[in-house]
Amino acid sequence: MKTRDLAYIALFAAIIAVLGTLPAINVGPVPITAQTLGVMLAGSVLGARRGFLAVLLFLVLVAVGLPLLASGAGGLAPFAGASAGYLYSWPVAAAVIGWLTERTWGRYNVVVGTLVNVVGGIIVIYAVGVPVLKAVAGLSWHTALWSGAAVFVPGDLVKAFVAAAIADVVRRSYPVIERPRRAVGAR
Amino acid sequence: MTLALYVPRASAVHRLPAGLKLLCLAVLAVALFALPTITAAGAALAGVLAVGLLVARLPVAVLARQARAVRWWLLALLVVHALTTDLLTGAHVALRLLTLVLAAAVVTATTRVSEMVAVVETVCAPLRLVGVRPARVGLAITLALRFIPVLTERADRIRAAQAARGGSPRGVRALRTTIAPLLVQVLQMAHDVSEALDARGADVEPPRAAWRRS
Repeated sequence: MKTRDLAYIALFAAIIAVLGTLPAINVGPVPITAQTLGVMLAGSVLGARRGFLAVLLFLVLVAVGLPLLASGAGGLAPFAGASAGYLYSWPVAAAVIGWLTERTWGRYNVVVGTLVNVVGGIIVIYAVGVPVLKAVAGLSWHTALWSGAAVFVPGDLVKAFVAAAIADVVRRSYPVIERPRRAVGAR
Repeated sequence: MTLALYVPRASAVHRLPAGLKLLCLAVLAVALFALPTITAAGAALAGVLAVGLLVARLPVAVLARQARAVRWWLLALLVVHALTTDLLTGAHVALRLLTLVLAAAVVTATTRVSEMVAVVETVCAPLRLVGVRPARVGLAITLALRFIPVLTERADRIRAAQAARGGSPRGVRALRTTIAPLLVQVLQMAHDVSEALDARGADVEPPRAAWRRS
């Protein structure tokens, strides 16, 4: 791994941290935050490998005791709580988004990007987060789905669109993801 | 920008090696799920409070803040369990969660970030076999910490520039119009930083053994 990739990874870990300082909207126990926007951006700007590592690095920063999560929480406590599953799902989400973005790189636009972010940033996150919530909190599937997913989906759709719009601007002005191999070979 | 949740004190808990504290935390988590009785959870909570408040002499506010962060969860757990199973189970599950959260808070408040980073580097050592260099992991952590204040400063500058031109969008549009130019700026900055690091030899693996004249 080049030092440049390392710097990009550190940069996106920092971006996710800064997005956590934006004011959160409180709806019940888990707040709607801008941090999943950072997760989507990490995947769709850096690609699968670096996006995954950036989110992982952010979680390491949280785990070593920095209060970087949106609620000002930090340390090891969030990794044991009922919403821990969402945290564990973030690197996977960034990797899935990155992989899909790399596959669609040649025809990436806001619509494709939004779809990619919905698959990786919404479906993957709830596929991991809701079962963990159900197990740790001992809820029924119905309550877990309702309190752990349904309230957040409208906000997540907005974030998926915003992340795609930003990623599209960055793609056209400062692309970080490499071109597909065919194009590289043709040069 | 002061970040850490570390509370400096001269106590035995503070002096324990960070790795040992993390191990204790993991053992506690396993034990709490292996002994599913409310008395075990209550005893564990009392133990965690004794270690945190009496031995490590942490301010009550530090632990209270972490407890407050999960208070709605605990309440929701109690209510849902009271409705679906019974109140005792709800109290047990909530107590277990609170104990784990507070134990983690005690470890975090008694351990410096630099010590935790050292543990991360040690834990990463076996990953050498698959090509991960622990020192690079440490470098990435340091870089990210330095980038956080830089990012807030650059974002403020972009917002000021937009306000000076008369347009300061709000809501979702503000996210788009601020973050996109910010990302392009900081990606260039990160690239410059990486070139500066490489120019100073950051991409060179340090020699394994000391050079010996013979």
